[in-house]
Amino acid sequence: MTMALAMFLFFVGVTLVITYWAARRTSGASAFFAANRQIKGWQNGFAVAGDYMSAASFLGIAGIIAFQGYDGFMYSVGWLVAYLTVLLIVAEPLRNAGKYTMADVLAYRLSARPVRAMASLSTITVSIFYMIAQMVGAGALVALLLKNSGISYHTAVIGVGILMIVYVVFGGMLATTWVQIIKAMLLMGGTILLSILVLAHFGFSFANFFNAIGHVIYHDKGVEVVKDFLQPGLRFKPPYGALDLISLGMALIFGTAGLPHILVRFYTVPDAKTARISVVWAMGLIGTFYILTTFLGFGAATIVGRDKIATSGGTNMSAPLLAQSLGGDFFFAFIAAIAFATILAVVAGLTISASTSFAHDFYTNVIHRGTERQPGEEVRVARVTAFVVGAVAIAVAILLGPNANVAFLVALAFAVAASANLPVIVLSLFWKRFNTRGAVCGLGTGLVASILLIVIGPSIMGVDAPGATATAHHLIQSAQIFPLENPGILSIPLGFAGAIIGTLLGREPAAEAKYDELLVRASTGLGAEKASVPTAP
Amino acid sequence: MADDQKSGSPIDDLTPEVGAATDVAPLGRSETKPAHELTAVEDADPVDWSLVTQMPEFRAMVRAKLRFIIPATLFFVIYYFALPVLVGYAPALMSKRVIGVVNIAYLFALSQFFMAWIIAGLYLRAAARFDKMEHTVVEKAESALSSRRENK
Repeated sequence: MTMALAMFLFFVGVTLVITYWAARRTSGASAFFAANRQIKGWQNGFAVAGDYMSAASFLGIAGIIAFQGYDGFMYSVGWLVAYLTVLLIVAEPLRNAGKYTMADVLAYRLSARPVRAMASLSTITVSIFYMIAQMVGAGALVALLLKNSGISYHTAVIGVGILMIVYVVFGGMLATTWVQIIKAMLLMGGTILLSILVLAHFGFSFANFFNAIGHVIYHDKGVEVVKDFLQPGLRFKPPYGALDLISLGMALIFGTAGLPHILVRFYTVPDAKTARISVVWAMGLIGTFYILTTFLGFGAATIVGRDKIATSGGTNMSAPLLAQSLGGDFFFAFIAAIAFATILAVVAGLTISASTSFAHDFYTNVIHRGTERQPGEEVRVARVTAFVVGAVAIAVAILLGPNANVAFLVALAFAVAASANLPVIVLSLFWKRFNTRGAVCGLGTGLVASILLIVIGPSIMGVDAPGATATAHHLIQSAQIFPLENPGILSIPLGFAGAIIGTLLGREPAAEAKYDELLVRASTGLGAEKASVPTAP
Repeated sequence: MADDQKSGSPIDDLTPEVGAATDVAPLGRSETKPAHELTAVEDADPVDWSLVTQMPEFRAMVRAKLRFIIPATLFFVIYYFALPVLVGYAPALMSKRVIGVVNIAYLFALSQFFMAWIIAGLYLRAAARFDKMEHTVVEKAESALSSRRENK
């Protein structure tokens, strides 16, 4: 058994103990969906950070910076600034006026069944796309990190899938939260340690470090090139590079505040004030992490080198390889285990948000018009949903295989969150006239526009050169119609337009009459859901 | 429930005590009906929320919040999008080196982190003020709403 596998198993063991502990404390809906709303501010801050920073951030961004320099660092910036939208606009009103899901806030004054049905569809779409991207990435990554232990892609996908089902089905939100908190602590610790080692490598001299970034040497098609990796333009090239960059920025800035697995986290704290404090904690952690991607990414580019990374597993291996060359096999195993923890925490968050939305919004409120037929039915449905969602994710990830190009699914998830979810949340909170038709139109337009623009864009359409590698394979072999990888620049205005035009088509006196109530509740917390005492010891 | 009926039941309660205790309101009792027996009119929310939205304290609080949130949001959106716009459309300017190889592009990107933290810090400070205003509003609103309920 290799050291990496031993560390993986150790982490799995710890999380299973937590799940057992959480399962004994989880009875009732408020416990299962919202951890009894008793998570403390700093804890929720760590959990938000753990929920948010996926393997795509940890390994992906380090890799993009290692290969494309400054342009990769631009991603880092957007991931943090996006939290200002969460802090200033969404977190507190959502906590004050909602119960378990984002649809609770919409259904407050709009007609519950159509709005919840659409919101649930959009939530589940975002979660499933994001999850499949994580699962395929997880499988490939775990197989790569553990290749000396004989773990295949299939074993890895099934293992990750089963673990996330176990966390959610048995431990509910409490177990998910603590898995995320521990992951965030590990991720921060590992990143800080790795950054210090990078600086130590350059004799703790920033001048030496940045000089090295200014002269990165690698081979491009057999020719040796020297590039200044702090110069923009290695990834985003004319004619559409700048637009794609702006479009990506829009999806991040407006999408993060519409990601269902982030929004549900604010229901786990006792009140809006704690929700606010937790966002600030999360911003401290997320910001520190993304600043440190400077050391991870540029460190990998200068110390390991593009050539070596390309031949030992590709961009995603940049951070683990950096760890190996600076701290040996033990540190490699440690960073690999952190990557594994990262994946598990994110997929568990996605599973619980998808199953909460299905059980609470769709099953109870749409199918059964808001009444539980038996006590505890909603939680039971959520548990079954978590199982089904996990099984579907495992099956799809195995069908797609380790070489599928799934990076666009993350872009798609953010685009849907920004174009469908955020417009209706904001309009419902701030526009008195907003009504059911507007919400349904906005959610529908945003969802359809995002998916359509991705499908006709360069991620799916394109003509492959003969002999192209499987990861670059395009699903539709013809010239793309939409030139950008990120549809946000068009789909977000379309989502808002759909919501506004739908609203203006008719008036809904009942929705307008309830605006005063929503305004008072959202801005003061009057009548907000209180923290509950766990019923079992 | 069963104990309740024995100890506190008035003599004029006509409900026969048969079978298990139910949550059906006993006939002739003056206690409130359980939620599922309310008629639509009785079930309507008796709270007039405009009582709260018209309170000067409430309006002042909402105005104070918006006076912070709107400019802060505009500022961070403009500051953030200046980065991709400048990197995309003025690459020569952004590539200008300032200290060693460190260029404007990198410093501007780095400044975004501090911008976000500073706005978050300012918001925390402002929100402490909002919390005080909120406290006054909630106290006044609760007394206004409850006195209104009793009158109905």
